[in-house]
Amino acid sequence: MAELSNAPAPTGEQLVDIYRRMIRIERNDEAIRKTVRLGRLTMPYYSARGQEVIPSAISSLLNPDDQICTIYRGIHDMVAKDMPLRPLWAEIAGRIDGTCKGKGGPMHLTHPPSGVMVTTGVVGSSMPIANGLAWAAKLDGSKRVAIAYFGDGASNIGAFHESLNLASVWKLPVIFVCQNNGFAEHTRYENATSVDQISKRAAGYGMPGYTVDGNDPEAMFAAAHSAIARARNGEGPTLLECKTFRFHGHVLGDDDFYMTKEEKEAAMAKDPLPAFRAKLIADGHATEAQLDRLQSDIEAEIADAQEFGLNSPFPSADELRRDVFAEEIPA
Amino acid sequence: MSEMVKMNAIQAINAAMFEAMEADPKVLVLGEDIADREGGGVTGTMRGLSSKFGTDRVCTTPISEQAIIGAAIGAAINGYKPVAEIMLMNFTTVAMDMIFNHAAKLRFMSGGQTSVPMVIRTLTGAGWQTAGQHADHLEGWFAHAAGIKVVCPSNPADYKGLLLGAIADPDPVLFVETGGTLFIPGDVPADQGAIPLGKAKVVQEGSDVTIISYSTMVMRCQMALAGLAEAGISAEIIDLRTISPWDREAVLASVAKTGRALIVHEAIRNFGPGAEIAATINEELFGQLKAPVRRLGGPYSPVPFSKPLEDAFVTSPEAIVETVKGMMG
Repeated sequence: MAELSNAPAPTGEQLVDIYRRMIRIERNDEAIRKTVRLGRLTMPYYSARGQEVIPSAISSLLNPDDQICTIYRGIHDMVAKDMPLRPLWAEIAGRIDGTCKGKGGPMHLTHPPSGVMVTTGVVGSSMPIANGLAWAAKLDGSKRVAIAYFGDGASNIGAFHESLNLASVWKLPVIFVCQNNGFAEHTRYENATSVDQISKRAAGYGMPGYTVDGNDPEAMFAAAHSAIARARNGEGPTLLECKTFRFHGHVLGDDDFYMTKEEKEAAMAKDPLPAFRAKLIADGHATEAQLDRLQSDIEAEIADAQEFGLNSPFPSADELRRDVFAEEIPA
Repeated sequence: MSEMVKMNAIQAINAAMFEAMEADPKVLVLGEDIADREGGGVTGTMRGLSSKFGTDRVCTTPISEQAIIGAAIGAAINGYKPVAEIMLMNFTTVAMDMIFNHAAKLRFMSGGQTSVPMVIRTLTGAGWQTAGQHADHLEGWFAHAAGIKVVCPSNPADYKGLLLGAIADPDPVLFVETGGTLFIPGDVPADQGAIPLGKAKVVQEGSDVTIISYSTMVMRCQMALAGLAEAGISAEIIDLRTISPWDREAVLASVAKTGRALIVHEAIRNFGPGAEIAATINEELFGQLKAPVRRLGGPYSPVPFSKPLEDAFVTSPEAIVETVKGMMG
């Protein structure tokens, strides 16, 4: 981890920005879960509660034109990337004002102005496409970077291995971010993965790989800083394995039979949010009142987005003929 | 009348690539072995491109079909026009997730915010004793996925024009090259430009029967013409050129005129593109048909190795003649 220790420590302002992104993710996730449970939204929901730190620390270092390619458990990645919440809510509700006119839904959100280029419902598919986004950034002669988000289960798919190899050979400005929450759907990490650390696989592809505490904002900041700097400098890709935990199982409604109660309780006791909040206050980066205000502003934003999304009209049936091809297909 | 240049399909593809890359710096090429250092592609269709346009735009890849298509998709989303080569059509199966779930659907799933203007060039066809995993015609699979266009040229002029058309197209296109058509020289207009996708071509006019075909089988249909004429049958041959979207208007107009339709393709007959075309003709023209719509395609078997078996796999001109004769009664 020698390289990582060279990364500058985040400023107080940067830490508060990471916290802002985290609380926006957490409040939004809470609102979605509540709305689904009340029956006001019908959708498969893959909550990322517990994984807030990872995309928040990364996004605090990204520019608006940096791009991400994420997965079905990826709404936190979008929220961290400052995607506006109104079209997000309209999209997950399947409405016309959604980012994708309701045609993509919670597993396929796209919002290029925020840099959210592709969200895939297929495990492992974010990586090959992120390579292409990064390839274009390189051909453009820009300093843009691409982030491929994926889970630990995806590191066992062929596309992971093909993508890391190609990115390394082509020296692409891409960062492979594995959010390792310990379970691939219901299967425990060690029952499906050959190495004790996914970051070790980076060595096989000639790129640096780090295992980071994905619940520690400062460690995540350092790792992201190093990987992003490397990509922007034309030095090629990095694999970050970020250890974390998902609080709500694979899909909402999942009864978590595959983990022990003690294990889950211990993990949830390490919830990064309250600890980080306390630290920000203790270290004098923000006052209690400031963070309360931040949170209430975010809650107002979410309430507005929810209202907007749930009241947006559904798309009309002729939308089925649009966007299949550039030209509308005949009825 | 434009001046004609004799060339085969390999040269036509190559000429189209040079023109497209020269005209638009956003056109990229990627695939296995395609830079000149590796020979310019397995059939040499990309020869000379990397020397002229550089290895930033003409990139040899690892043998990683998912990575190839993924890189093409990402670059296409960001405004490039990648031409990705998947060496053989059977190898598209390795990248099916990228092609079906992503390239074909991203425009729709994003509500039109992103588009994927890429071309996948690939080669297939029986006749070279490459057997079960190197020769399948899988165009029906791709035609069944909403969001990807499928082009199957049969002659050098169309290879050039349709490849230019595919590169200019704003959507993902699968461009199917066939061993049986690559090496046969033909006349290509010196100024052959892009041919728009979705338009069929009448390659032979006739009045008794419409034979609808594409790719290598167009030639077989033309070879059947002498036998048909001998039997006093005047056949119209339509080369579909694009399988999806296919030219319904051209096919229905011709069948309305002749009253008989036969579809001939190398793909296995069961659930093949011919089924879709036959069903459409029946739906639209039932009252005007003088005979049931017929189909000729590969038998329900993998492409075999043994020469006599392979010969039997591909529909012969004689079988075409016999089938049409049976429709005349």
